[in-house]
Amino acid sequence: MYASTDSISLPDVTPELRQQLFSYVLQLADTSLILAHRISEWCGHGPVLEQDLAMANISLDLLGEARSYYQYAAELEGQGRTEDDLAYLRPAVEYRNPLLVEQPNGDFAHTILRQFLYDCFHYHLLVQLQAGPDRHLAAIAEKSVKEAAYHIKWSSEWVIRLGDGTDESRRRLEKAIGSLWRYRGELTTPTTTEQTLQAAGFVPDYAAIQQQIDAHVARVFEEATLPVPQGVFMQKGGKDGRHSEHLGYLLAELQYMQRAYPGMKW
Amino acid sequence: MTQKEWPLWEVFIRSKQGLDHKHVGSLHAADAEMAIQNARDVYTRRLEGVSIWVVESKHVHASNPDDAAAFYEPANDKIYRHPTFYTVPDSIKHM
Amino acid sequence: METLEVNLEEQFQTRIDADVRIEPKDWMPDAYRKTLIRQISQHAHSELVGMLPEGNWITRAPSLKRKAILLAKVQDEAGHGLYLYSAAETLGATRDQMLADLHSGKAKYSSIFNYPTLSWADMGTIGWLVDGAAILNQVPLCRTSYGPYARAMVRVCKEESFHQRQGFEIMQTLCEGAPEQKQMAQDALNRWWWPTLMMFGPKDADSPNTEQSMKWRIKRFTNDELRQKFVDMMVPQAEFLGLTVPDPELKWNEAKQGYDFGDVNWQEFWDVVKGNGPCNHERLQARVDAWEDGAWVREAALAHAEKRKQRAGTAAA
Repeated sequence: MYASTDSISLPDVTPELRQQLFSYVLQLADTSLILAHRISEWCGHGPVLEQDLAMANISLDLLGEARSYYQYAAELEGQGRTEDDLAYLRPAVEYRNPLLVEQPNGDFAHTILRQFLYDCFHYHLLVQLQAGPDRHLAAIAEKSVKEAAYHIKWSSEWVIRLGDGTDESRRRLEKAIGSLWRYRGELTTPTTTEQTLQAAGFVPDYAAIQQQIDAHVARVFEEATLPVPQGVFMQKGGKDGRHSEHLGYLLAELQYMQRAYPGMKW
Repeated sequence: MTQKEWPLWEVFIRSKQGLDHKHVGSLHAADAEMAIQNARDVYTRRLEGVSIWVVESKHVHASNPDDAAAFYEPANDKIYRHPTFYTVPDSIKHM
Repeated sequence: METLEVNLEEQFQTRIDADVRIEPKDWMPDAYRKTLIRQISQHAHSELVGMLPEGNWITRAPSLKRKAILLAKVQDEAGHGLYLYSAAETLGATRDQMLADLHSGKAKYSSIFNYPTLSWADMGTIGWLVDGAAILNQVPLCRTSYGPYARAMVRVCKEESFHQRQGFEIMQTLCEGAPEQKQMAQDALNRWWWPTLMMFGPKDADSPNTEQSMKWRIKRFTNDELRQKFVDMMVPQAEFLGLTVPDPELKWNEAKQGYDFGDVNWQEFWDVVKGNGPCNHERLQARVDAWEDGAWVREAALAHAEKRKQRAGTAAA
């Protein structure tokens, strides 16, 4: 299910850098988990059975990716915490996912657009991480990039279908753009942790990724006959633990069992 | 509601290189691209395939079972098409 | 003309008796076609509605591993529904019509899914008991007389085998865990045991279609036979887990080499079948909502495909 990294030794870095790397891997893990969780809320309620299967696949891919990151984060930390400790026993302020992925599903157009905006970043990030100096991250990225390549294809096609479909689908997609575009900037705005790791060569340069994303968005929006929004103010904070009101509820559900029955095995 | 149903597609999967594509079932999709993606999501969740064909069901023409006798039985008595029909001396190898 | 029809029916039965599979374009009696459409679509609807009670716990699964397993399992159910709809479509039914029948309440689905999932242990119990019961029903159908149905069932059964195991594993973990966990497991068994026995349908004496269905080999064991088999299979497993089956009349019968067990509450069974189970309304409503809320999506995809076709046509011209 997840990339096998058991035989790879940890990167040889200073304790400070290792701490930063831990935070960053946790950010990747939280991001994949929260989005996987959101998509899994669709399960059984999709617009057509075939798409229920597709969305469950995407959710499973992201969940598997999250687990790989959590396991690696636990190793980097070296305090004996497990993937489940990291996912289930941290409060919202310690979660490091960007605001975009915690936004509620809304209607299908809203879910598709959220997915599309994330897929654009996710795919291009993984392409770069594959070639990075951290062999653990590179191995996880190498496995996940194949999945992400499928996700971006799926969500791009749906953006095109909905944009260039019926009046209603276009209206709904435009509404989603109005709600979600503001969260797009955070993905490629580096936090201090990301800046430190970029300087050390562990995290790719986001400016280059942004260009690739913009080119892809422009292509897809053109086919979808939609204008690319300009001059939108970008919200941020999730990657620093300052979340929207939605994350608390999501975690209350996600962590319910572990909080209600502490310390038990399942 | 009188909305039209998404077209039905027949799905064929090659389970590994070197084998034929085999019919595995059908699904609904609005277009061919979606049909291929749906086929991947529906029929290859357990590594069942390396290649997918889809064809809209309405384009499949089938023989009529009533013609079975006329179609297939004439092949029954043409045993000379099978290698075992011929005797070859034991001393002859590689044939 | 009439004799011709009679001959066809006789020939048809001869083929069935010789275990020759019937394929979509073969001649078949109308009643066979109708019964099959009803049976296969009911089964498909059960998979579809069956996603809901388990889907209820995906977002609350207690570990990442369990979350992934549960999501994969519920996804499999969507897949199984799809295989079965696709088998029914070879008989001339359309999926839209079958879904319309589900949504209007005309078509039935397995009553078991009209019970609520109240604790995590219900995920274990559904996998272990409910899927265990389903497998008993389904394995014989891999040899059913209608080819596409049999092939769909082969696929379903192959995938289903992990479902029961993961359910048992959840139960075992709970039963070997803290007292609260064991209590959770026992409570779930108490709630699910009788509804699971009802899954096999009414008693043979009250199941008038069984004889014809067995003759057509679209049913291979009677309801009571399967129910007995199930009890005999499950009681030792419950004992292994250290759980008590909630039936005071349950007793080993040496002479018949099987368990005697109490009578199902048939009043409850018929209440649920008639739509008055604890969750009938919300399960059906959830399906109707998903379908209606998805209408604009399906429409948009078709509209877009149509536009592309036209553009391709214009470009070629």
